[in-house]
Amino acid sequence: MATNYETHEYDVLVIGAGGAGLRAAIEASAAGVKVGLICKSLLGKAHTVMAEGGMAAAMGNVDDRDSWKVHFADTMRGGQYVNNWRMAELHAKEAPARVHELEAWGAVFDRTKEGKISQRNFGGHRYPRLAHVGDRTGLELIRTLQDHGIHQGITVHMEYTVVSLLKESGRVVGAFGYDRERARFRVFKAKAVVVCTGGLGRAYAVTSNSWEGTGDGVSLAYHAGAELLDMEFIQFHPTGMIWPPSVKGILVTESVRGEGGVLRNKDGKRFMYDDIPDNYKSQTSTDPEEGWRYTQNDKEAKRPPELLTRDHVARCIMREVKAGRGSPHGGVFLDISWIKEKIPNHAEHIKKKIPSMYHQFMQLANLDITKEPMEIGPTTHYAMGGIRVDGDTQATNVPGLFAAGECAAGLHGANRLGGNSLSDLLVFGKRAGEYAAKFAKENSLVAPSEAEIEAAYREAVEPFERPAGAQNEGPYQVQYDLQNMMQANVGIVRLQNEMELALDVIGKLKARAAKVSVQGHREYNPGWHTAIDLKHLLTVAEAITMASLDRKESRGGHFREDFPEKHPDGGKYNNVISKSTDGSMKLRREAIPAMREDLKQVIEEMK
Amino acid sequence: MNKTVTFRIWRGNSQGGEFVNYTTEITEGLVVLDVVHKIQATQANDIACRWNCKAGKCGSCSAEVNGVPKLMCMTRMDTLNTDKVITVEPMRAFPLIRDLVTDVSWNFRVKTKIKKFKPRPADAPDGTWRMQQEDVDRVQEFRKCIECFLCQDVCHVLRDHHKHDEFIGPRFLAYTAALEMHPLDTEDRLPELKQAQGIGLCNIGKCCTNVCPEHIAITDNAIIPLKERVVDEFYDPLAWIWKKIRPKG
Repeated sequence: MATNYETHEYDVLVIGAGGAGLRAAIEASAAGVKVGLICKSLLGKAHTVMAEGGMAAAMGNVDDRDSWKVHFADTMRGGQYVNNWRMAELHAKEAPARVHELEAWGAVFDRTKEGKISQRNFGGHRYPRLAHVGDRTGLELIRTLQDHGIHQGITVHMEYTVVSLLKESGRVVGAFGYDRERARFRVFKAKAVVVCTGGLGRAYAVTSNSWEGTGDGVSLAYHAGAELLDMEFIQFHPTGMIWPPSVKGILVTESVRGEGGVLRNKDGKRFMYDDIPDNYKSQTSTDPEEGWRYTQNDKEAKRPPELLTRDHVARCIMREVKAGRGSPHGGVFLDISWIKEKIPNHAEHIKKKIPSMYHQFMQLANLDITKEPMEIGPTTHYAMGGIRVDGDTQATNVPGLFAAGECAAGLHGANRLGGNSLSDLLVFGKRAGEYAAKFAKENSLVAPSEAEIEAAYREAVEPFERPAGAQNEGPYQVQYDLQNMMQANVGIVRLQNEMELALDVIGKLKARAAKVSVQGHREYNPGWHTAIDLKHLLTVAEAITMASLDRKESRGGHFREDFPEKHPDGGKYNNVISKSTDGSMKLRREAIPAMREDLKQVIEEMK
Repeated sequence: MNKTVTFRIWRGNSQGGEFVNYTTEITEGLVVLDVVHKIQATQANDIACRWNCKAGKCGSCSAEVNGVPKLMCMTRMDTLNTDKVITVEPMRAFPLIRDLVTDVSWNFRVKTKIKKFKPRPADAPDGTWRMQQEDVDRVQEFRKCIECFLCQDVCHVLRDHHKHDEFIGPRFLAYTAALEMHPLDTEDRLPELKQAQGIGLCNIGKCCTNVCPEHIAITDNAIIPLKERVVDEFYDPLAWIWKKIRPKG
């Protein structure tokens, strides 16, 4: 018997309302189609607010030597050349226009003396390139898009969750989900669907991601037949809070280092000088004095090693900790208070440059960063891998399905540069919205099959029908066990046998997840939401592990202790994961298409 | 330093509810949200509470802790007297959905009624503008707002007098101030501020400023200057005569 559901019809349905989703919705709406936007939380609360440092765009406001070519080369170098070079090109070329557009919509960036948008230094960027607002740039971005977007005729569904994409004749034709408040199930019919669901950090125990980062979009797309790309590349941000325990994993912005903060071990040594990779030697200073001048925008100075790429800095921190030179709570020290030697009113200076870091440590750790060093350690931060998309259109291999932002893959290769995420959201959010609207205009609405809707409904309500007891546990323990297992076995340092064990454990956790039981009623029930998210977490955990096992080399965010070096062939392929007809996960390697000659030349010029 | 604490948490929905006591053990360095999560994970899986960033940046976990509107994620347990029962209840100025979750959708509707940003033509041929840092400082203060709506919750015009149809509340007065004081903006929002948005209802008690987790001086820097602009525009007799003699255009 078919159940009745409330139905919504859109030309373009955007799932996820962070920076990418909002930008996609705005663009699709501007193209004149009817747009629905699904938010897992309230509007404006998405994880984009946590982006602190800024958005990278080669505007050249602070250093006019910057250009899209330098940005392109920096992005490819940072990504260890497994990036989708077309995306890296489009991103570098279009980011400045996207930033200016934000200003036209009301964003208020920090200014240069000439009254232009100011730009700051960040790891892996050759010139000061990050447009910013103190250390709350993500908030400025999402609020600007939100305040602009609410006047564009977009229908926003706040606190809705999608549990399944609906397909008909090989095409995505909508989505099935529920609203949290009343837990009424909804069918969304749409000519095109854009997935912008962000990250998957909640697959790990220590993460900067909020509860929402459960890899929903990656998993929804995968189960709908979309290919996943380069899932092994996870960014462990070098500086997360580690003390007190309840804040473990919360991000400490790279701007602390951009403004002159230094990393020291327990002996007070700036250990980053000990290991500067060959391909960055020409750009990195070995003189602390010169490094300081770089952070103060001296154009002649080279960057200090603290501002090397995130993958490298995170590993250096791990090395110090493993060698017994770490801080009391298992990290290292990040010190910005030392700049009192350089700046007379340093406390005010720090509060002005990185105000939310000052408050974060004052309120959560009872520590004054203008006086004392912070204790920090790596935290699971960002998925470079994700849904495979076409560089120009953000279309997946499934007709009608598009993806943008963190849940999509390609731009960042093996390691993302700080500041390239916010610009990614804008550049490819816009493109996804544009091409989804085009697809919607060229295709008609198709009704999803009743059987598929019923199946999605059954799966969603099953946890309530299982009795609680010895046979059926609650969802939280399964989630914790998965997070701890991934942290231990598929984390920042990886080994063959540990990951083989991880695959085995994931299989067992899947069996447990299929039996979890939830109590109470459906309205705003976080236990139930956790039970539903388990499927997504297990899917992405399996994909990460499978891809990490296959890549027998170290590159970017993927570090194998058993294969610590880069393999010459490693830069020639991407790992592609898809769902077999029998439902199992399969992996294949695919050669990276040869780079266009003009882009090759750009890379040569910038070496 | 493990310690046993008792949380008295509001459980219920729009039909009614009651406080329920939960006793649990806490360790060093926890915040109120951690304890709620622990109770949720171990004793009552279905306690409804909103949260996202857990770092005071998204403004989701607003609640009243021992009667004071606060972000649960930024309220350290060592700032509370844990020898006594700690009361956690939802914001009282908004309708209850369930447990600690309230229906704040009114705020989102109010915002759509405020005229959007309307910039002057670009200053440079490449379509960009020029602004000095000192000209944007005061706008940036208001733009720190994380929309936790604690200021709305504590404002007596909304909380006690329920004037949600006549008054937009401190959050949206600060929002309007950010637009009105934006160096590039050319829109005029003063007539609405005086009429439909009810700025006159605020009697500058500063309760909003006191609870703002971003330390925005809502009353002094946003509401009072807006009130002055409204007064200048509509109540200044000299200006009124001047406008009669020299009508615009």
